[in-house]
Amino acid sequence: MTLTLIIIQIIKVIAIFVGLLTAIAYTTLFERRMVAFIQGRVGPNRVGPAGLFQPIADAIKLLFKEEFIPDKANKVLFSIAPLLSFTTAAMAIAVIPVGDSITIGGYQIDLVISDLNVGILYIFALSSLAVYGIVLAGWSSNSKYSLLGGLRSSAQMISYEIGLGLSVVGVLMLSGTFSIAEIVRQQSGSILNWYFFKQPIAFFLFFVSAIAESNRIPFDLPEAESELVGGYNTEYAGMRFGLFYLAEYCNMITISALAASLFFGGWSGPFLPPIIWFLIKVVIFLFVFVWVRGTLPRFRYDQLMRFGWLAIIPLTLVNILITGLVMVLKG
Amino acid sequence: MAPLANYLVLAAILFALGVWGVLRNRNALIIFMCIELMLNAVNLTFMGFSAYLNDYSGQVFVFLIMAVAAAEVAVGLAIIVSIFRHKENVNVDEINVMKW
Amino acid sequence: MANVIFYILAIIVLACGFMVVTRKNAINAALYLVVAMAAIAGLFAQLGSLFIAALQVIVYAGAIIVLFLFVIMMLNLKRDEFGFDSRLFQRLFGLILGIIFIIQLILIVSRFRPGLPAQAIDPAMGNAAAMSKKLFMQYLYPFEIVSVLLLAALIGAVVMASKRKDR
Repeated sequence: MTLTLIIIQIIKVIAIFVGLLTAIAYTTLFERRMVAFIQGRVGPNRVGPAGLFQPIADAIKLLFKEEFIPDKANKVLFSIAPLLSFTTAAMAIAVIPVGDSITIGGYQIDLVISDLNVGILYIFALSSLAVYGIVLAGWSSNSKYSLLGGLRSSAQMISYEIGLGLSVVGVLMLSGTFSIAEIVRQQSGSILNWYFFKQPIAFFLFFVSAIAESNRIPFDLPEAESELVGGYNTEYAGMRFGLFYLAEYCNMITISALAASLFFGGWSGPFLPPIIWFLIKVVIFLFVFVWVRGTLPRFRYDQLMRFGWLAIIPLTLVNILITGLVMVLKG
Repeated sequence: MAPLANYLVLAAILFALGVWGVLRNRNALIIFMCIELMLNAVNLTFMGFSAYLNDYSGQVFVFLIMAVAAAEVAVGLAIIVSIFRHKENVNVDEINVMKW
Repeated sequence: MANVIFYILAIIVLACGFMVVTRKNAINAALYLVVAMAAIAGLFAQLGSLFIAALQVIVYAGAIIVLFLFVIMMLNLKRDEFGFDSRLFQRLFGLILGIIFIIQLILIVSRFRPGLPAQAIDPAMGNAAAMSKKLFMQYLYPFEIVSVLLLAALIGAVVMASKRKDR
């Protein structure tokens, strides 16, 4: 009995992790093709049919590159930083449900690795740990550009974490739970149950903060090529660099999945199986990420901080106030 | 489940480590970290008692202590930064005048 | 099983605490402190309160120690490799006081031991809703006072760290 449960759990972990890695690999291709489309180019289409094997080629290239550690770098921290970055990014997927529970052979299986009753806090805890990967990479490289990138990113990520956390509070107040599966269940049934319609401002604030939190254009100050060479990953090469790259795409996927689950009903939807609905919603958000990247220019650093502290955070607080007021008036 | 005494002894040792660190180190930043260790030792006893007495009061206190710790660190680090601007140093042995 | 987890976490906490105390380089000390905080969060989770465990990671590992790292990097303390040796008598005195202190604490703890109920932990503990009820009903005033304190700290930190010379 318990052995079966353990085996089921292991299978779930492996399936979701392999699925995540595949999704990351193909998100890179998706992004390159979409950006090329936006810019009127073709994009990578040589490796395999329509460039479908491009991620595999990229992975092989990264794996066979020389692992270079600068002479004056702090070698231990230099090696740990990319691992930390990727691990914290990958662990967050554990609490996101990809579908409703299914029953196979008398066992009820939740399609989530662990439905924690503090699921959302778990994701915030991991995203707050993700700062370390970047800060340590910046500091241990012993390079000016890396250090500047690391300092910028720690300030940026701490600032936008507040906005990210506060923007979700409205949804938490309405749902009364931290469990993501429970929040998704509350939104099933009708499209009008989606929290997007009850918390539209919260959603936009959440998404903007999330883009900043994952260091994507237009908030990619930590790795601004035109001023900082490569930011915190200037000194990295080979698979260590690859891990930072994977972490960024992993964060994109986690945030898309979280946005779909919290505001757009997650797996719920008519006719199609739940997993398909979930994937459709995630892909739409990934497309928005790529669209934003292909369209907007980069913020300046002071603009970024002013935007975070003087626009996002006050608006989230106002949103919480209004939500509370409406809840009290409605009883 | 580990008996309560385990948690209390662990917290006591951790608190003593923090005290030792405050007495031993001269770097204001590390002294600060040792104070954090002591606060966490106290949190640990609160959580232990809260779990064993089945009372949420202990957890509420841990929550409040965390808020106070955050406030303390924000002000404390600001003080250290401003001392560093004046003295180019954060060695507590050299910060021995009330006014400069 | 729970005992084994407790001992593993306790050893991590104490080892990392020892490293925090004995490091000369502030960055290394801060990193060991992160591991100690994470292990303490593990202990909280093991005591049944996932909510406080998550808060511990968010507040300590995510905010406080990042702030430490930020300040350490900003000050860029190169001299902490040589200028920070305390005098020998200070170290010895600190060690002796620490040992006396720990003996006292353990004596106090062991004296309290028989009076404690040895009941197991209620699995319903760690419910964030139940804790917040207690927080917002019984402990409302402490909560409000702490929020005012946070505001005061916010303003104080800005005033202290601002670069203006005309104060």
